[in-house]
Amino acid sequence: MNQQTRIGSDLQHAATSQRSSLFTAQMLAPSLWQAVRMLSPRTMARNPVMFVSELGAGLTSLVTVAAIISGSADKFYFFTISVWLWLTVWFGNFAEAVAEARGRAQANSLRSARKDVTAHRMVDREQRTTEDVLASLLRQGDEILVSAGEPIPTDGEVIEGVASVDESAITGESAPVIRESGGDRSAVTGGTRVLSDFLVIRVTAKPGESFLDRMIAMVEGAERGKTPNEIALTIVLAGFTLVFLMVCTTLYPIARYFDVTIDVPTLIALLVCLIPTTIGALLPAIGIAGMARLSQSNVMAMSGRAVEAAGDVDILLLDKTGTITLGNRQASEFRAAEGVEERELADRAQLSSLTDETAEGRSIVVLAKTRFNIRGREMEHAHAEFVPFSARTRMSGVNLGDRQIRKGSVDAISQFVSQQGGTLPQCVRNDVDAISRAGGTPLVVAENSRVLGAIFLKDIVKGGIKERFGELRQMGIRTVMITGDNPKTAAAIAAEAGVDDFLAEATPEAKLALIRQYQHEGHLVAMTGDGTNDAPALAQADVAVAMNTGTQAAREAGNMVDLDSNPTKLISVVSIGKQMLMTRGALTTFSVANDVAKYFAIIPAIFMAALPQLAVLNLMNLATPRSAILSAVIFNAIVIPCLIPVAIRGVKYQPVGADSLLRQNLLVYGLGGLVVPFAGIRLIDLALVTLGFV
Amino acid sequence: MSEYFLPVFVVIVTVGLSWPLGRYLVYAMDPVSCGPIRSRYESACAAFLGHAAKTGQSWQQYCRSMLTFNILMFVVLYAILLTQQWHPLNPDGKTSLEPSLAFCTAVSFTTNTNLQHYSGEVSMSYFSQLFGLMWLQFVSAATGIAAATALSRGLAGRTDFGNCFQDIWRATGLILLPLSIITACLLVLCGVPMTMEGAAVATTLEGDAQTIARGPVAAFVAIKQAGTNGGGYFGPNSAHPFENPTFWSNVLETMAILQLSMATVWMFGRITGRMKHAAVIFGVMLLLYVSSVGIGCVLESAPTRSLASLPVASSMNLEGKELRFGSAAAATWAVSTTSTSNGSVNAMHDSLNPLTGLVPLSAMWLNVIFGGVGVGLINMFLFVITGVFLAGMMVGRTPEYLTRKVEAKEMKLVLIALLVHPALILGGTALFASTSWGASATQDPGSHGFSEILYEFSSAAANNGSGFEGLGDNTVPWNIATGLVMLLGRFVPMIAPLAIVGKLAAKRATPETAGTFRTDTGLFGIVLIGTVLIIGALQFLPMAVLGPVAEQLGG
Repeated sequence: MNQQTRIGSDLQHAATSQRSSLFTAQMLAPSLWQAVRMLSPRTMARNPVMFVSELGAGLTSLVTVAAIISGSADKFYFFTISVWLWLTVWFGNFAEAVAEARGRAQANSLRSARKDVTAHRMVDREQRTTEDVLASLLRQGDEILVSAGEPIPTDGEVIEGVASVDESAITGESAPVIRESGGDRSAVTGGTRVLSDFLVIRVTAKPGESFLDRMIAMVEGAERGKTPNEIALTIVLAGFTLVFLMVCTTLYPIARYFDVTIDVPTLIALLVCLIPTTIGALLPAIGIAGMARLSQSNVMAMSGRAVEAAGDVDILLLDKTGTITLGNRQASEFRAAEGVEERELADRAQLSSLTDETAEGRSIVVLAKTRFNIRGREMEHAHAEFVPFSARTRMSGVNLGDRQIRKGSVDAISQFVSQQGGTLPQCVRNDVDAISRAGGTPLVVAENSRVLGAIFLKDIVKGGIKERFGELRQMGIRTVMITGDNPKTAAAIAAEAGVDDFLAEATPEAKLALIRQYQHEGHLVAMTGDGTNDAPALAQADVAVAMNTGTQAAREAGNMVDLDSNPTKLISVVSIGKQMLMTRGALTTFSVANDVAKYFAIIPAIFMAALPQLAVLNLMNLATPRSAILSAVIFNAIVIPCLIPVAIRGVKYQPVGADSLLRQNLLVYGLGGLVVPFAGIRLIDLALVTLGFV
Repeated sequence: MSEYFLPVFVVIVTVGLSWPLGRYLVYAMDPVSCGPIRSRYESACAAFLGHAAKTGQSWQQYCRSMLTFNILMFVVLYAILLTQQWHPLNPDGKTSLEPSLAFCTAVSFTTNTNLQHYSGEVSMSYFSQLFGLMWLQFVSAATGIAAATALSRGLAGRTDFGNCFQDIWRATGLILLPLSIITACLLVLCGVPMTMEGAAVATTLEGDAQTIARGPVAAFVAIKQAGTNGGGYFGPNSAHPFENPTFWSNVLETMAILQLSMATVWMFGRITGRMKHAAVIFGVMLLLYVSSVGIGCVLESAPTRSLASLPVASSMNLEGKELRFGSAAAATWAVSTTSTSNGSVNAMHDSLNPLTGLVPLSAMWLNVIFGGVGVGLINMFLFVITGVFLAGMMVGRTPEYLTRKVEAKEMKLVLIALLVHPALILGGTALFASTSWGASATQDPGSHGFSEILYEFSSAAANNGSGFEGLGDNTVPWNIATGLVMLLGRFVPMIAPLAIVGKLAAKRATPETAGTFRTDTGLFGIVLIGTVLIIGALQFLPMAVLGPVAEQLGG
């Protein structure tokens, strides 16, 4: 996919990609039954609010049975309340079941990739002799041979060979990727398939703990522990439940003071209406759906905790290359030294780059061709000896007899010419500075002791990235660019891209130190990484997204893996984390605000017989006391399925500051929570009267 | 219109004075540097209390010291009340108190409640009034100020909460004592008696001998008001002409009720360095206060229902009022005294119009409208945290309060502290309303009698101390029940917040960004009002409906 369109669509990615598939018939049907199975008290006990509701429903049912046996006139009323209380609990379970079903569909497709294949374990690597064992019996450190057409049995690191691998089973991306030993593309995942050549792989995963296994467990929700914020909210909801339990239990003796006996189903109806059942019922679904949104955007979180932490992140460390700039630098200009023709510089620069397979090298060849129509030449006849780039010399070039042509960093070339008795002219020095300040990378070209000039290698900042960083800033998130460039170049690119800060000449140690420093100041840091040298920083960061193309070490160190290997994804990870917390807060507020209307429906209804003057408080003008109580119970129940889409999609998230988010959500869910039930209860009451239920 | 001069005057002047007083509170409680006079006072503290009173304490040590001190004070007062016939300064020969009444009274004064199941001039010797009750009116209020100071220090991010003994010493000597002396002198100018002589005996026009109780009233009234104690020298409290003789003494006493509680909010702002946040809290409290006063005054301007249908010229409810004050002054006082957990009265709340009666009741249910000295702020802190937690999630981050993350442990403690209040009120009311303990004590049947029971427990749980009157509450069950309610209602919501702050202070501060949930905006004010009204008031709605509302609508 085109990188630029990617950036623009990341944020909406999660929201839009699933809109079409929110509910499908295949998901709904099993969920209906699953919700009934979850009524088992052992399952319910995890959720205090719904557990109390279920106990209430049970108690009401007993009273109903007693009323039917004794032939009491109340039996129909009691029965109706029991039914709706059970429905309340069932709706809650249904919400959770639907959310899980969406994950399960994904897990099933993953599971089909995890077949227990036969692996060829190396007995002797020299002789290429192998023995056949079941993949499930492979241990860490075993070496296996996988040939073309065979599935890779488990996670591992390539120690020999280069092959194209089909990873579509995991990433959904059909284009094959290259996996080779050494470097940053050495990790292979179980369940993928070698398409060509062969690989020798060292097994890195323990049996049953491969990436695929963890992914399946994660999307199925089997490993879903409660996150810290979810625990805190559960405690708060349990506290509210306790308060209203107290209100309702004391109401019975107090009513006796007024010679009113409240029947048990009515009292329980009041209790279930007052305790925060709406959020209680939807809380598990919100968490599961949040994880699902993440996995739908092809990011696998290793824990729910990491997703929640993503919402709290206030510093993003972004690698310059591939995230902020288009991966490769392009030669854009030749700046010849005084007394040198620009054409000569272009010619020598091209000569030195002819076998340079890097993108920069190729762009120099192309630029020379387009500017001066200098064509690439076959060099064999000239006894050309190519000098590849090495980290020690930091130069590359070509030797043509006694002509030594080099291109490299200014320091390296300066050293090279001075060895030959030359010096770096001041004009080239000035050009180099100017290029750096403009955010480019200068490469200096020299022939023997003579410096010919500089090449302007330009970093192309991705389109739309500056606006995105502006949005992040409004959300209170600082972006820090990590680059190996020198500080001048880094500063220029940082300014162009609009990041808040940068770390130039970054080494793994400097990265780690930077993260530690931010954390010490109380920040929460998110980063992406792929290389093995990123592993320490990934392990230190609070939210660490490892690229799926990266090394095994990086993937182990991160707490999320991005299957698309798109570093910009970090931004949508943060949005999904925030959205999850917002959804919880909004639905809790809605749930609590609903109580006002429910009180006004039920309290006058209970006491109207003994204290007829309380009829004034019947603000909604509900038909009879019983229709009032029933309407409140029914409203309380059906609001749960009505809000399932909100719980699963998450409330709308916009990258704006905290104040505007709060204002918006307070208006919709706070004020809405106050007003909606008044209308809802009144409508249900009307419906009950029209249908002749009361 | 002149009726409303008093409430308007009181609100404006008290709010105005609270600002400089808040500044002074910081100087007294948490000085940055000590001047020469101030350091002499500190060294006197060290000389008197020993070296232990100088070292900083963690929140655990602070709470332990506070409890130890309070237990000691309780035991001493209990002993005094049981043995008062042998003490000096007893010109009228008062005998010892019945044990359950002594228990209730000792708890009542230790907890800054001053719920009185006795009449001061009938049961108490001068010695008990001055060295038992008045002494505790000082140090119980000082305990509240100390706790609020410690809370503020913790929220400022310090792990050193200060020294409890030193704080009580400072609050007593530098705040309560000077403030009381000033108030007492002004009261004497208004005609409040201050004497150590026994009761005066006068001969009436009919020639009968009349015994007129008197005593060191001005001193007692001053600290009664300033320390949000509320325990009167006389049974009728500030309705008694010797406690509150004139319009201006009434103004002064109304202001004294509010003054320290208001200033504490500013002290909190200064110590934490978050004046804007303090201003939001102050604004919310003031809004709730002003609207309560407004509602109270309007409702009391209607005549009492038994007169409404009669052809008499009465424009307002004057039943149970002092004619020298009128109904607006009574309503203002009723709201002030219940908002701040003071509990003194200048009119009989029992005789307020039924819906007006709901105003003081709800003020005690919320218990955060300025609240008792120090503890009002602490109660509000619980709602602030709850509001931050609920609304904080809505900005998409783990809720944070003053840069510290609010997590499960803190919320557990918040809920425990918040649960105690309704549990005590609803539980107590349910128990007594459904048994003969309550039914036989009430003066009136139906809703009004229910309100009497409800009011008594609300008053005890809120550490308020005012009575709805009309309730025969000096019985063993009432004394013991209200005693226990006062104890739990005082110390659980005082210690739990300190524990919360202790946990918060131990966390790493998160830098504030544009994504941070802000607590210093008008928007947070709305969140806070919503939290207070929905969480605080919803629990009591059925009670309100069954008591005052049903009575009002009863016709």
